[in-house]
Amino acid sequence: MQYFLDAENVNFSYMNDAEEPPVRTEVLKNVSLRVEKGEFLAVLGHNGSGKSTLAKCFNAINLPDSGTVTVAGLRTDDENNLLPIRRTAGMVFQNPDNQIVATIVEEDVAFALENLGVEPKEIRRRVDEALKTVGMYEYRMHAPHKLSGGQKQRVAIAGILAMNPDCILLDEPTAMLDPRGRKEVMDTVKRLNREQGVTIVLITHYMEEAAQADRIAIIDGGEVLMDGTPKSIFSQVETMKHLGLDVPQVTELAWRLRKDGFDIPADIITEEECVQAIAALLEKGR
Amino acid sequence: MLKDITLGQYLPGTSPVHKLDPRVKLVLTVEFIVMLFCAKNMWAIGVGALFCIISFALSGVPASLMVKSLKPIVPLVLITSVLNLFFVRTGDVLWKWKVLQITTEGRDTALFMIARIVLLIIGSSLLTYTTSPIDLTDAIENLLSPLKKLKVPVHELAMMMTIALRFIPTLIEETDKIMNAQKARGSELDTGSFADKVRGMVPIFIPLFVSSFRRAEELATAMECRCYHGGEGRTRMKQLHTTYRDLIAAIYTTLFFGGIIALNVLIK
Repeated sequence: MQYFLDAENVNFSYMNDAEEPPVRTEVLKNVSLRVEKGEFLAVLGHNGSGKSTLAKCFNAINLPDSGTVTVAGLRTDDENNLLPIRRTAGMVFQNPDNQIVATIVEEDVAFALENLGVEPKEIRRRVDEALKTVGMYEYRMHAPHKLSGGQKQRVAIAGILAMNPDCILLDEPTAMLDPRGRKEVMDTVKRLNREQGVTIVLITHYMEEAAQADRIAIIDGGEVLMDGTPKSIFSQVETMKHLGLDVPQVTELAWRLRKDGFDIPADIITEEECVQAIAALLEKGR
Repeated sequence: MLKDITLGQYLPGTSPVHKLDPRVKLVLTVEFIVMLFCAKNMWAIGVGALFCIISFALSGVPASLMVKSLKPIVPLVLITSVLNLFFVRTGDVLWKWKVLQITTEGRDTALFMIARIVLLIIGSSLLTYTTSPIDLTDAIENLLSPLKKLKVPVHELAMMMTIALRFIPTLIEETDKIMNAQKARGSELDTGSFADKVRGMVPIFIPLFVSSFRRAEELATAMECRCYHGGEGRTRMKQLHTTYRDLIAAIYTTLFFGGIIALNVLIK
């Protein structure tokens, strides 16, 4: 079967020339990861675990030393595939300030389409559509530096969305935002996934965000250690803690209650489930 | 503190001058400058002044701003007028003290030069008051595009301008943050001798420099992700359009130019 995003036995390393002699750092070791079309994958891992490097392999910014990466059947190591791949898999980065190019919101959203040589009228239509989708249409004439972090990040998403990509790779898009900005961005991402069937690869440090995904991959030391549904990953609380990663607060609560001998499911990942489980527990106890 | 800085001196508006195609405005401004240098006598300069006054009135830019834009050139005007006043030695002597003397012609030349410089500044500041920096960049890119055939990197230069404009507020904000961070660590930025102050800037500029490079790298990656591959095959969402307004503006400016040339010939 053909997977939408397919990384097979990918190795990636970079040379640090600043050191004498130059040091080769291996970032990805024999990584294989597949994502199906329309799937919402969250990638978890420490800083320096290689998760950003892997994401950049999926839109041909990084080319693996060995192994192959294909996006919608296109190999990233073929120079001719470069633009089609980047149009298919758009990427949003952590710092919104460093990815906005133009001095007016709508001009920035138009940037990718201008690069692709789309007709001016069609650009106008798609820019308006993308801005409406992320809820930033009324800000189209604003200067980006006057927007809040969450708004800037939504503009950055609109800039990618205007290309009509099948997949969006998000590299810690909420790391520099306040809780409200985080919610704005997450709501937008989830809506794109549910309503428009956009494949999402979300790199994050927030377990609550990862819990909303269809699937979680955990990367540590350049290798994929775990890969499964949020429930199956987060129910392994001990393993997660051993890796130095957190689980959602409600999962932790359930885990502690279980340790104290309460009969509560181990795979609780949302507040809703937690409330119901505890309510059921209290009901039984009565 | 530094955050409220405005970019350039653009005043948004909907006047006929604002609505002109930026390319036309740029070309007409150049025409105006040429016009001023063609003017040979006070009458011709007077026509230039009339042109300025009418254009300013049409633009709705307050006159106080016109005066404000002249402030930085006061020293230049003074130096030019003093030089002309004392060093033009032809004509009747009006005043003499040792080697210094003022002649009628010196006085006239000085006044003429002052008028020319003042009009030059007012006319060109009208362009920057009524055109946003981004429109101006687009106009420059568009007007210079024939130079691409001569391998002049016109698109790249315009892109650099745009990015510079985009990052000025970001970097100003960052400078502010770094200054506060250094102050919090006890560095004294506002006190001491001039040399001390200059030395105090080093711990501000180095972090600013380092972070600018990091930003540049991230921006380059982000641009690549959005399929940027130079100016080739690129389209623009906003197309520049010339309208009947631009034609009227061109005729209006050229009429004044004609007037100046006529006055040059008629009044010797």
